[in-house]
Amino acid sequence: MTDPILDVRGISKSFGALKASNDVSLDLRDGEIHALIGPNGAGKSTLIQQIAGGLRPDEGTIWFDGTDITAESTVERARRGLGRTFQISSLAMEYSVLQNVMLGALGRRGGAFRFFSPVMKDKALLDEAHDALAQVGLEDFASSITAELSHGQRRQLEVAVALTLSPRVFLMDEPMAGLGTEGSHRLMNFLGTLRQRAPILLVEHDMDAVFYLADRISVLVYGKVIATGTADEIRANKDVRTAYLGEEEDA
Amino acid sequence: MRRETVLNVAVLLGLLVVPLWAWVNDAPFIITLATKVVILAIAGIGLNLALGLGGLVSLGHAAFFGVGGYAMGILASHAQSYTPLMEWPLLIEGTKSMPVIWLLAAVTGALAALVIGALSLRTTGVYFIMITLAFGQMFYYFAISWPAYGGEDGLPIYVRNGFPGLDTLDPIQYFALCFGVMCLVLLFVARLAASAFGLALSGARQNAERVQAVGLVPYRLYLVAFTLSGAITGLSGALYADLNRFVSPTMFSWQMSGEIMIFVILGGVGRLFGPVVGATLFIVLEHLLGGISEFWHIYLGALLLIVVLFARGGLIGLLAGREVAHD
Repeated sequence: MTDPILDVRGISKSFGALKASNDVSLDLRDGEIHALIGPNGAGKSTLIQQIAGGLRPDEGTIWFDGTDITAESTVERARRGLGRTFQISSLAMEYSVLQNVMLGALGRRGGAFRFFSPVMKDKALLDEAHDALAQVGLEDFASSITAELSHGQRRQLEVAVALTLSPRVFLMDEPMAGLGTEGSHRLMNFLGTLRQRAPILLVEHDMDAVFYLADRISVLVYGKVIATGTADEIRANKDVRTAYLGEEEDA
Repeated sequence: MRRETVLNVAVLLGLLVVPLWAWVNDAPFIITLATKVVILAIAGIGLNLALGLGGLVSLGHAAFFGVGGYAMGILASHAQSYTPLMEWPLLIEGTKSMPVIWLLAAVTGALAALVIGALSLRTTGVYFIMITLAFGQMFYYFAISWPAYGGEDGLPIYVRNGFPGLDTLDPIQYFALCFGVMCLVLLFVARLAASAFGLALSGARQNAERVQAVGLVPYRLYLVAFTLSGAITGLSGALYADLNRFVSPTMFSWQMSGEIMIFVILGGVGRLFGPVVGATLFIVLEHLLGGISEFWHIYLGALLLIVVLFARGGLIGLLAGREVAHD
């Protein structure tokens, strides 16, 4: 088996008395979708933030492609190839859809210190940007102002920006939230093919999507990973049923 | 053509026609007023680069304005007294040549902004405003207590500096020179705004988290913008000092920083011609209302309130509508 490209080892993070992450370990291997599920407040977002670089863990290490990145900043991790989409869309709202994607393409090129040539006429960047928009199905909205997009469209745009980065790893925080049935199916199929290009660590609430897409699933409850395994193993796991899936059936 | 472009062209033409009319009718005071508008507009264009594109609310831009002014004052005063600035390790003499003075004013303005920015940009929001204000005040008190160049009394320069081929003491010729500089600065900033740097900078203003996630460092973008902004405002300081043939610590005062910011807000934050329209309105009001009452700032304050409350895009936003994405 190949070494995991992303390897989280024994991470802990506390906020006062609350243990948001409690000795969490998980890894991501080439070609897979690894889904992270768990009830609200289980610490999924805290974990994602620690992997992306927004929060520093109290204990434990994070390895990316054989390098310890625990102490690196968000920017350094992004440059290594960690492509992130945000749970709450984080976009430049005054910009057009195209400009947002251009920003991603600019980031991949590795620098914005070009002062005189008009960026919106840069053929190479434009091609990348339009290509990314077409892949998520936003090509008709290229000139729309981002603030005027629907919730679901913003999620698609998040994914498109991540695509322009051509990352080594995708870190997706609920990319399907707010999408309609059709959009959700479309994105689901797309993510299914995307794993060939780069593995995806997927946080998602849509259980149909998770069980359909994920090669492996980790279940996080109260900051602890209580189980990791294939969809079938997770379905059959007793702890998971009581702690998580059971709760949902009751509700 | 976009409405804003039409408006911009009209503003430029208006700024040309009025002094030309004054020249024909022999009214040099109006020409001087127009020159003042153009020079202050350049200071505002400088601030607008930091404030409008980068979202950096600097209340210390008088520091760069004053540094540019003193760059001119110091160079010219040494030239008029025939004493070198320094003799060791290398001989540096004063100069009365505008191109050289402009270059040095822009460079010192940029250096001051680089140092102030490097320290201030570690903070955000109110802290950033307060720190830039504090730096401005430091420059102000330093200028007041530095007797070598006039201290509190300021530093008069008896003859306006020269520009090859022009008689700079002729009001219309000096106006034309300043107008030309303003057009070049506008062109520079327009190119900058449409460049990769402009896209990233304005993106960082809207959402720093997003810019970081694509692997760009907001701090560096801000610092470069702040430095360029200081260079432009420094250049305008040298022009302003030459207009008055006088440099004084008031160029460093926080009221000056406030005025530069008022130009930007009145005209339209982040709009290319915002500071030009804002400075024009400010000087016209100062001239008209100042003649009626010395408390004309009350009316200015009321106007500023109205703009901030009801016309966020400033005068340009009011006349040309919302900014459209430029692609």
